[in-house]
Amino acid sequence: MTTTITGPIIDVRDVSLSFGNVKALQNVNLTLAPGEITAIVGDNGAGKSTLVRCISGIHRPQSGSIHFDGEETHFRSPEDAREKGIETVHQNLALVDDLTVWQNLFLNRELTRGIGPIRFLDRKAMRQQADRMVSTLAVNVPAVKSKVRRLSGGQRQAVSICRAAGFSSKLVIMDEPTAALGVQETAKVEQLIRKLRDEGHPVLLISHNFSQVMRLSDQVWVMRAGRCVAGRRTTDTTGDEIVALITGSREQ
Amino acid sequence: MSSVPHTSTSPSITTPPTPDTADKSGSGTPQGDRWHSRLRDIGFWADHAAIIGLVLLVIVFTALNPVFLTLGNIQSILVASSILMILTVGQAFVILSDGIDLSVASTMTLGVIAFGLVFSQGGGLLLSMLAAIVAAGLIGFLNGILVAKGKITDFIVTLGSLSVASGLALVLSDGKPISVFSVDLINFSTHGLLIFGFPFIVAAVVAILAHVVLFRTRFGTHLFATGGSKEAAQATGISTARIKIAVYTISGSLAGIAAIMLIARVGAAEPAANTTFLLNSVAAVVLGGISLTGGKGNIFGPIVGALLLTVLTNGLTLMNVSQFYQPLAVGVVVILAALLSRFQK
Repeated sequence: MTTTITGPIIDVRDVSLSFGNVKALQNVNLTLAPGEITAIVGDNGAGKSTLVRCISGIHRPQSGSIHFDGEETHFRSPEDAREKGIETVHQNLALVDDLTVWQNLFLNRELTRGIGPIRFLDRKAMRQQADRMVSTLAVNVPAVKSKVRRLSGGQRQAVSICRAAGFSSKLVIMDEPTAALGVQETAKVEQLIRKLRDEGHPVLLISHNFSQVMRLSDQVWVMRAGRCVAGRRTTDTTGDEIVALITGSREQ
Repeated sequence: MSSVPHTSTSPSITTPPTPDTADKSGSGTPQGDRWHSRLRDIGFWADHAAIIGLVLLVIVFTALNPVFLTLGNIQSILVASSILMILTVGQAFVILSDGIDLSVASTMTLGVIAFGLVFSQGGGLLLSMLAAIVAAGLIGFLNGILVAKGKITDFIVTLGSLSVASGLALVLSDGKPISVFSVDLINFSTHGLLIFGFPFIVAAVVAILAHVVLFRTRFGTHLFATGGSKEAAQATGISTARIKIAVYTISGSLAGIAAIMLIARVGAAEPAANTTFLLNSVAAVVLGGISLTGGKGNIFGPIVGALLLTVLTNGLTLMNVSQFYQPLAVGVVVILAALLSRFQK
């Protein structure tokens, strides 16, 4: 949950990564402060996703280092990163439709009871805990026993966020969390993201939606052509300035 | 508790099956929905196609032939359906994981020959049984490895191993049946408890174990996740490759158990093709309401599906309908079930 250190939760130093001739990331430097929502913005192909994939353990930087919670990371896989407390909420709403809400919340983290290697699911405990997790949400999710197939886009994203936040995560990465949602649902999910921050979870937000970034974030990093070209406190900048930084009509 | 739809054991024939709202509470239909309104909903019929079809067949055959509903005939139907039930459980695991095992029947044939060879060398009953399960399980394991690691489509891999397994059976047996005489096997296939023959009891135990594995273990949940959405399963760190290898190995090993029961019934190890078992195992799974795209279904449905197909064959035989009509009847029933399943909720 909350971190004891005062330094950045994520410290990206001089990270570079190329795919063949394509320099996806070039000497990227940025930091994420604990207890804040940090946004990364940039045009398509600016390197946002690649950077996020480095942080969440999918890619490994070819040079430079990423420090997580004060320690240099050597994630071998996304599972590795998740075990250390980095959770990702995907834009394609990665839930299993034909499983229930509680089954999705506990997917691959099932609670079991039994003797030795013979273990059975502790369905009652999972349902009760899921009830508790869901009841804290601002979005109205139907009973945890219902199938995810029956949920709206906003409710699904709420479940995803709940899953990411519910397991003592130290960093929640949100990759376009509202891209598939309507206006009202977007507002509710934004409310959830703020709540997440207020509870002490640092959030890394990737979004195309500038007004959303301005509404939610505490810190904005701008990426262009594989470089991190600028960083601003959200309160000290304007949407126009961010757009200018993204397109390159304005330097640093 | 959810997911115990099986408690509605053998619904009486005159009344429609009791609406098992227990597992549906909180989903779909609003509370207070009475059974007569559900009967008008085609989704209800689609969800329970196998049990409704079974009841209809029982009514029709009872009306047409008084022998059909006698204790002796019921007993023989249960025993006759047991091999298909076991193969169907394996097929259900594979189809739930969004695959298909076209090799089940020829894997069983290979198991039969493995049993026969060890038995004719004086290997004894236990060793022969082990040989059948290991040989069949190995084919399943190889299927799984090729699908999961070789990244070849399930359909192609098992189509290939269908041919490989039946070819191996022919080569190993030199195309000749091996006679297997064992008093224990004869007793197994002719005795039982009450009206339940031992083969049916074995099938029932396999089905209950399968249900427990599917709905009460982590593996079961991960299997549903793999079949329902491979991407979502992988995103939570589930190794879908391991799940795939496991389901094919389970299907193969169950084919090995089915092989032992086939030998007990026939009294010999024959390198026969057994194609009907393959078609009927897929048909029973479809009848049982398991989605062919995986991730949705239970074990009770396919078991009833297997029973339905056996009842169909049994009834037609009792009525002296030519054997040639049986595949035709099975085909029609399966296509009707598939049509109905389009209306599933």
